[in-house]
Amino acid sequence: MASSPKLNSRIPEGQLENKWTKYRSTVHLVNPANKRSLEVIVVGTGLAGASAAATLAEMGYKVKAFCFQDSARRAHSIAAQGGVNAAKNYQNDGDSVYRLFYDTIKGGDYRAREANVHRLAEVSGNIIDQCVAQGVPFAREYGGTLSNRSFGGTQVQRTFYAAGQTGQQLLLGAYSALQRQVGMGAVKMYARHEMMDIVNIDGKCRGIIARNLVTGKLERHFGHAVLLCTGGYGNVFFLSTNAMGSNVTAAWKAHKKGAFFGNPCYTQIHPTCIPVSGDHQSKLTLMSESLRNDGRIWVPKKKDDPRKANDIPEDERDYYLERRYPAFGNLVPRDVASRAAKERCDAGYGVGASKMAVYLDFAANTERYGKIEANKLGLQNPSKDEIIRLGKEVVKEKYGNLFDMYKQITGEDPYEVPMRIYPAVHYTMGGLWVDYNLMTTVPGLYALGEANFSDHGANRLGASALMQGLADGYFVIPYTIGDYLSEEIRTKAIPTDHEAFVKAEAEVQERISKLISNKGTKSVDYFHKRLGKIMWDKCGMARNKEGLTSAITEIQKLREEFWKDVRVPGDANEFNPELEKAHRVADFLELGELMCKDALHRNESCGGHFREEYQTPDGEALRDDNNFAYVAAWEYKGESNFELHKEELKFENIKLAQRNYA
Amino acid sequence: MSHGNMNLTLKVWKQKNKDTKGKFETYNAKGISPDMSFLEMFDVVNEQLINEGKEPIAFDHDCREGICGMCSMYINGRPHGPKEGVTTCQLHMRSFKDGDTIVVEPWRSAAFPVIKDLAVDRSSFDRIMAAGGFVSVNTGNAKDANNILIPKPDADEAFNAAACIGCGACVAACKNSSAMLFVSAKVSQLALLPQGKVEAQQRVLNMVKQMDEEGFGNCTNTGACEAECPKSISLENIARMNREYLWASATSKD
Amino acid sequence: MVFTFVRFIYNFNSLLMSKSGLLKSSIGKKFLMGLTGLFLISFLLVHCFINALIFVNDGGETFNKGAEFMGTNWLIRTMEIVLFLGIILHIVQALVLTLENRKARPVAYAVTNGGANSTWYSRWMGLLGTLILMFLIIHLKHFWVVTRFTDHIAHSAADALPGQETMFGEMKEVFEHTWVVVLYCLSMISLAYHLLHGFQSAFQTLGLNHKKYTPMIKTAGVIFSILIPVIFAAMPIAMHFNIIK
Repeated sequence: MASSPKLNSRIPEGQLENKWTKYRSTVHLVNPANKRSLEVIVVGTGLAGASAAATLAEMGYKVKAFCFQDSARRAHSIAAQGGVNAAKNYQNDGDSVYRLFYDTIKGGDYRAREANVHRLAEVSGNIIDQCVAQGVPFAREYGGTLSNRSFGGTQVQRTFYAAGQTGQQLLLGAYSALQRQVGMGAVKMYARHEMMDIVNIDGKCRGIIARNLVTGKLERHFGHAVLLCTGGYGNVFFLSTNAMGSNVTAAWKAHKKGAFFGNPCYTQIHPTCIPVSGDHQSKLTLMSESLRNDGRIWVPKKKDDPRKANDIPEDERDYYLERRYPAFGNLVPRDVASRAAKERCDAGYGVGASKMAVYLDFAANTERYGKIEANKLGLQNPSKDEIIRLGKEVVKEKYGNLFDMYKQITGEDPYEVPMRIYPAVHYTMGGLWVDYNLMTTVPGLYALGEANFSDHGANRLGASALMQGLADGYFVIPYTIGDYLSEEIRTKAIPTDHEAFVKAEAEVQERISKLISNKGTKSVDYFHKRLGKIMWDKCGMARNKEGLTSAITEIQKLREEFWKDVRVPGDANEFNPELEKAHRVADFLELGELMCKDALHRNESCGGHFREEYQTPDGEALRDDNNFAYVAAWEYKGESNFELHKEELKFENIKLAQRNYA
Repeated sequence: MSHGNMNLTLKVWKQKNKDTKGKFETYNAKGISPDMSFLEMFDVVNEQLINEGKEPIAFDHDCREGICGMCSMYINGRPHGPKEGVTTCQLHMRSFKDGDTIVVEPWRSAAFPVIKDLAVDRSSFDRIMAAGGFVSVNTGNAKDANNILIPKPDADEAFNAAACIGCGACVAACKNSSAMLFVSAKVSQLALLPQGKVEAQQRVLNMVKQMDEEGFGNCTNTGACEAECPKSISLENIARMNREYLWASATSKD
Repeated sequence: MVFTFVRFIYNFNSLLMSKSGLLKSSIGKKFLMGLTGLFLISFLLVHCFINALIFVNDGGETFNKGAEFMGTNWLIRTMEIVLFLGIILHIVQALVLTLENRKARPVAYAVTNGGANSTWYSRWMGLLGTLILMFLIIHLKHFWVVTRFTDHIAHSAADALPGQETMFGEMKEVFEHTWVVVLYCLSMISLAYHLLHGFQSAFQTLGLNHKKYTPMIKTAGVIFSILIPVIFAAMPIAMHFNIIK
């Protein structure tokens, strides 16, 4: 298989270990004087966006940063709980750049680019250094050194964390760096602004059209380069762990203007979320993967067991992950854990009122911690109650906020009864196709973080999203952008009355008017929920040809209905959250179709993409490396018309193998 | 569509924009389930309003898991409602009774002008952060992370201060609209860590100056902020900031 | 020497009053509130101690000596000026802060449930302070004006000219009126609540906070806030009911 001529991945030649170092030292530079006249637009202020905007401004570029939230600090990276990986080997447990690289490629079911992933592993250590220097309060040991914990898909402890709020702390660090540049005037910040479209001039991306969400006014912004750091599209499922505002609009608009969309069907279903409790539900809440460090997952051995969890004796419990995957046990990768939970529930062993949940039980480890504490305190023959009490204190220190959150939402106390959990949509590995420089197929248009497709293959390992977002923003784009901008030093700022800007704005204006004047009978959420149901049922944790084929037609019909019958109240020239939602859902309705088409064309199972037709006798994902070891990059050719381009994945350092966590 | 069997009366502040006057409107929330979050209850009301061709209520929200700090709402006289240690998105309807009347207002402060209905502009917080809420370290300048050891108690205390989500409940709760808890949380976090100590003096002077310019009120130590903070940020931070500020004023060279 | 002193004053002035100076800032203004508050607390202690000499119950002999000392000692007389300055500063700052705080919330909440998150007296310090001020005016008229600006008060019973009273005698006379006793007692309740918040609040404002010592300060504050007003209130009561003769 050869890669499509339209896809130049620009992977540097040479040994894997030296590619990045050599590239970084030879990539074109922009001198400081020229940087001052080069303008960069950064859309999104999560980990990738905030770190990129801050770093580019530090280097001297003129930066404009946009976010739809009321402050850059609220981007959804803030909600990441568990941690951030880095190959520091502080635990002396045999970790290395190569091992992180290998785990990530394997965890991604061999569908990621070797060169990108190796670079990610190389810079991972710098991220921790940078964050600590910014005052990010990571968890520490009594000796003052940084603390680590384990995450799924690895056998070393390389995850750095700040209680269950690691994303928050990392984002606030990046946000601080960003605000510092805002204060110095190097970044102009546009909060409560949504990117509505990109503007291409002579084949290059030259700016964006943004809507001021407070006044409703459309604005034109010029940039020599545009960075989309706009996160993932999990909200296409309506219910997901994403924030309510997380959306695909920026990426989708870029896609429609020439940026290829990579592997849209790769969706991560996170195994440990609080189950759906009713049809009023607006979002799903994650319980961090770190809980799998100390929680054991089980279901009753008896079908439809009516007993309460605590009444089921030990030998009547099926610790199915430990049974099926003894080597990794409860710490198998997310896709594996999610499917295993679904398998048990589908087979009739589910628990709770809906029977669509499994138990995550802390009793055993609470007792173990209690014994350790009792030993530390020198207690002779402590009672069982005493041990449990001490153990609970340890568990509380590690996961207190998560336990509180669980109790808040479900009304049950996880210190007393096991948590009920079920998989939920969490992350999208797919995204805009980018080359080694993180540039999309539109020159001058970049995609960073979850918005691109590049590093996680078909499944992302826990604590790697934070790593990738910050790697892209702090340590990759600052170098790679020079490759493009060094050629742009003669380009003067293009006035925004250029016809391309005028035209793009007019198109946006037309769509807004259409939505407002539609005056249908159904709310935006009505359509979003229906789309979500189609996607979850037919393009969710398990997919098949039949379901995907019918999903495509259903989505097309739903989209038609949406444009006929949606009602958007209020006015275009005011703060109008319903209008914002309508724009986003309209784009999800187009993306959903492409996701199904991608899932349908990929006749194999890999990572988060599980086609029921392609599985091993044990129910594991069955890859087809001969025919599908490629990135599917889709080109937009018009409504419902997408052309597939393939980028061959070459594995020169890792031998392709069936993933084995047993 | 019915979800549950609670029926409530809502008195909600409606205001077109910052330049117009607002007033209360009354809505009926029917068929509410006790498992809904307060915001999901608003979703139901809004859905109903849209179906009736009326204007929905504008409110800020995003992550709905208590961490982004976007949701606000002053509910029955308290920011984020009657339950302690939670944001509005984490407040569930089981905290209310069938038949209750609930009064919902925006955060009210000169420094938080109303954008529409219950949504307010909190960019004053961003400007305070831009004035000094950072460590001046450019990317690439960092030494190995374990180079400077930090005692665990200091790291933990810094973390507790850093847990602030910037929601503004402290300002909303304070009878004086003071932002001291928010500002002191950041000042404390960075003053407790060796990385932040280098510019601690300038930081506290600049942040307090900006805070004052934004038009927040003065702290009178009522402790309402701490009691209403969804992340239980401690008043000790305010004392620490006072100390840092007084010392910095007394010893600064300019 | 003189130059150094002038420069010191100038520097001190610029520290407080310059554009970026301490007193322009919210924390600086609060600092002054706390500082003057603590100073007034220290005055209360002295005042209470001297007055409590009436409880020696020797017909006012000890007390009159104490009052004589307070009225004639140059240090005390100087401090009296400082005290008045302190009170005025405390009041002026309170007014400035209150006005600013009002401005910080131009539209009031329709419903507030302050009781859920703070004590009532911490929210009503201004009102309590105003009540204390009103009391203070009456109190000064009763005792301070007559000592400083009339010949009505004699140094001791032995020196008393016809028509003159000792300080002790003056107290007996004033506290004969029931309404005065009631007013004094009510005012001491205001004072108690003002102190209950003010005492620990001053330490918080000055940044004097420590995990180990703050609980002690708070306890001391509560004891002080109750004890001092109770002793003060006991004086008019004891005199009115002739427990002290």
